[in-house]
Amino acid sequence: MKIVYFAWLREKAGVSEEQVSPPATVKDVKGLIEWLCGHGAGHAEALADLSVVRVAVNQEYVHLDHPVEAGDEIALFPPVTGG
Amino acid sequence: MIRVQREDFDVSAEMAALTGDNHAIGGVCVFVGVVREETGEEALSAMTLEHYPGMTEKELRRIEAEARERWQLEGCLIIHRYGRLEPGQQIVLVATASAHRHAAFEACQFLTDWLKTKAPFWKLEESGQGPRWVEAKDSDDAAATRWSRDDAAE
Repeated sequence: MKIVYFAWLREKAGVSEEQVSPPATVKDVKGLIEWLCGHGAGHAEALADLSVVRVAVNQEYVHLDHPVEAGDEIALFPPVTGG
Repeated sequence: MIRVQREDFDVSAEMAALTGDNHAIGGVCVFVGVVREETGEEALSAMTLEHYPGMTEKELRRIEAEARERWQLEGCLIIHRYGRLEPGQQIVLVATASAHRHAAFEACQFLTDWLKTKAPFWKLEESGQGPRWVEAKDSDDAAATRWSRDDAAE
C-alpha cells in the first residue's frame, strides 16, 4: 500500500510518499499508524498526537478504525486549513 | 464547476463565463479570498498552499454537489489556488448564481465555510519569524457545523 503525507506530517516524517507492506496483523488505520511509528524517529514524531492527524483512505476521509488492505492509498495529514 | 490551479483568476471573466446567456439568473454572489498580511505578531511575507491532488478535486466536487442539492442554483464555480502567494493576492473564488438572491448568498456562505473544513489544503505562512503551518481553527469548525443538516434552512 501507498502512504502519502502532507504539510508538517510530511516534514516530520521526512518523506512525502512511500510504499509499505505491513504484516497481516495490521488491519485498520490505527494499527497501520502504530506500525508506521516504528519506522523511525521522524515517523514517530509526526504521528505522536493522533488528535491532530487526519486520515483518508483512497481519498475519502475515514476514522481510525477503518480497515486497510494492500493496494490502498492512505493519506496522513493535519487538520485542513484551506479557503 | 470546480478548478484547482496555480494561476490567478479574473473575477469578471469568470462571472461572465458562469452566467453566460442564462437569463434565469437574477443574482450572482461572489466571494474572493485574499492573502492577508496581518497574522498577529509579525507581518506575513508570503503563504504557500499545499494540497492533495485528486482528493482536493473530489472534495470540491462533493461540496458543490451538496450546495446544488440544497439550493436552487443556476450556476456554481469554485476556484482554489495552490502554490506560493503574497499578501493581497487572490486565493479562492466562490461564485453562486440563482434566480433569487437568498439561494446565491446562502450557498456561497455554505461553500466557503465547508471549504475550510473539508478541502485538503494546508497553508504555510512565511514571516520574519520563519515558516509556520497554519493551525485549523475551532471557529471554522463551528462555522461549518452550523450548516449541518439538522439546523440548516432548506
